[in-house]
Amino acid sequence: MTSAVLKPGLTPSRVLIYAVLILACLMYLVPLVVMLLTSFKTPEDINSGNLLTLPHVFSTLGWVKAWATVRGYFWNSVAITVPAVLISTAVGALNGYVLSMWRFRGSQLFFGLLLFGCFLPFQAVLLPASFTLGKMGLANTTAGLVVVHVVYGLAFTTLFFRNFYVSVPEALVKAARLDGAGFFTIFGRVLLPMSVPTIMVCVIWQFTQIWNDFLFGVVFASGDAQPITVALNNLVNTTTGVKEYNVDMAAAMIAGLPTLLVYVLAGKYFLRGLTAGAVKG
Amino acid sequence: MNSVVALPRATPVLDRLQRWLPKLVLAPSMVVILVGFYAYIGWTLVLSFTSSSFVPNYTFVGLAQYWRLWDNDRWWVASKNLVIFGGLFIGISLVVGVLLAVLLDQRIRREGFIRTVYLYPMALSMIVTGTAWKWLLNPGMGLDKLLRDWGWTGFTFDWLINQDRVIYCVVIAAVWQASGFIMAMFLAGLRGVDGSIIRAAQVDGASLPTIYLKIVLPSLRPVFFSAFMILAHIAIKSFDLVMAMTAGGPGYASDLPAVFMYSFTFSRGQMGMGSASAMLMLGAILAILVPYLYSELRGKRHD
Repeated sequence: MTSAVLKPGLTPSRVLIYAVLILACLMYLVPLVVMLLTSFKTPEDINSGNLLTLPHVFSTLGWVKAWATVRGYFWNSVAITVPAVLISTAVGALNGYVLSMWRFRGSQLFFGLLLFGCFLPFQAVLLPASFTLGKMGLANTTAGLVVVHVVYGLAFTTLFFRNFYVSVPEALVKAARLDGAGFFTIFGRVLLPMSVPTIMVCVIWQFTQIWNDFLFGVVFASGDAQPITVALNNLVNTTTGVKEYNVDMAAAMIAGLPTLLVYVLAGKYFLRGLTAGAVKG
Repeated sequence: MNSVVALPRATPVLDRLQRWLPKLVLAPSMVVILVGFYAYIGWTLVLSFTSSSFVPNYTFVGLAQYWRLWDNDRWWVASKNLVIFGGLFIGISLVVGVLLAVLLDQRIRREGFIRTVYLYPMALSMIVTGTAWKWLLNPGMGLDKLLRDWGWTGFTFDWLINQDRVIYCVVIAAVWQASGFIMAMFLAGLRGVDGSIIRAAQVDGASLPTIYLKIVLPSLRPVFFSAFMILAHIAIKSFDLVMAMTAGGPGYASDLPAVFMYSFTFSRGQMGMGSASAMLMLGAILAILVPYLYSELRGKRHD
């Protein structure tokens, strides 16, 4: 596309378009910039300057203190997120495989019931779920949160894989079956190798959902088992003592960095997950 | 399609196992979904008909908990807030999203980078977003101090602690988080519009804004529906953002139904009423979901 005709020059209206787009960029970036600036300021700096003034003294004290406060909860979130993502993705892949390639009477109904799960307001299941976790001895544990995230993540993970596998020609599976390949062989040798993009989408979606979860964390885990989102909220909304905004902002950055990093590194899959997860098939 | 092909070399036992294997694999998930979703909804429904307070009990009181909700001023504040918050959040996110998508669709340089910037808030947790905006809108140290330093003397912005304005602060933060995603949805939709239609209209002398308003955007009606669904769904479930920004305050001026439900069920020992509020939230979701799914399915049949 080197033709000059296709590249319109800088007419006034195009200048306006660029101005609006750049202004919007700034609006989206300002909160992040303010968070970063504040997190590197000293409390005196915060009091004397404003949101957008640069730190007089570049101080990492806020980060050190924030990390010391939320470190344990950060690792809780890791201990919750990693197993929950892996298990829910693996089970979702198998479910999707059955629901697309091995349909049986009632499997479509089950898929319908599952789809509704994507929309479920969790408030409608919180109490029974907390009773159950209590009975299982998993109340206030990270293991309990893993169970909850796997159960309520299944709807989405199954959906991702089912929607991908229905687009795979069934002849492929039939041919493998005629060759005597069994259920798991077909899955492992035929379908799994072509599922890498779907696995990426699913893992990133689940990672973002579970890492960012607050509702389950605050209801099912208190004290030492709470995830980083709950710890951050407690830190920021505590009313005792002097407010240390640099610590608050550093803690917020620590809580946000893992998902932000995933977004920067794998934005394509992130967006695909959002749209696939949001506009259900 | 799901006929089982006889496997010539398999023994009958293995054959039967193969036939049952798919169901066996799906069975645990089926049980978990039926119990964890549907039985639990039923259980919550039952609780909403009981006088449960700090612990569940099964003394049935009919619709008494729903009547108590009806008489509860805080529930009305939460519901009214949901209407204000939901309406503004959905409306503004749609307008901003569509506008940015249309502008970005004009062969913009560095489009990929700009898109990344618009969308990154969606990767953040609502708690992080709430924390950031709570600081940005901090009365005395946030936005108002910035504008005073920039020469707008006497400017104050205290909406975050103003009972009548606080819900708009939540709207601002929520729009900031979700509008980039709406932009991405519409941009994807715009890329699917046949360019020759636009060129033909241009030849006919139609101006670009007219073409977008009269031809392009109406053809994106399905995207509007999906975006509306997603935003409405986010609005009804909104909880984290309010908890992080205001914890429902000042007083309970920024309560939303999800915050009400959490507070009554888990802090105030009103399980019965909390369950009733959860059921009403479920009802609200169904009220937007059922017509949507209905039209989706009807649309599919026409294809």
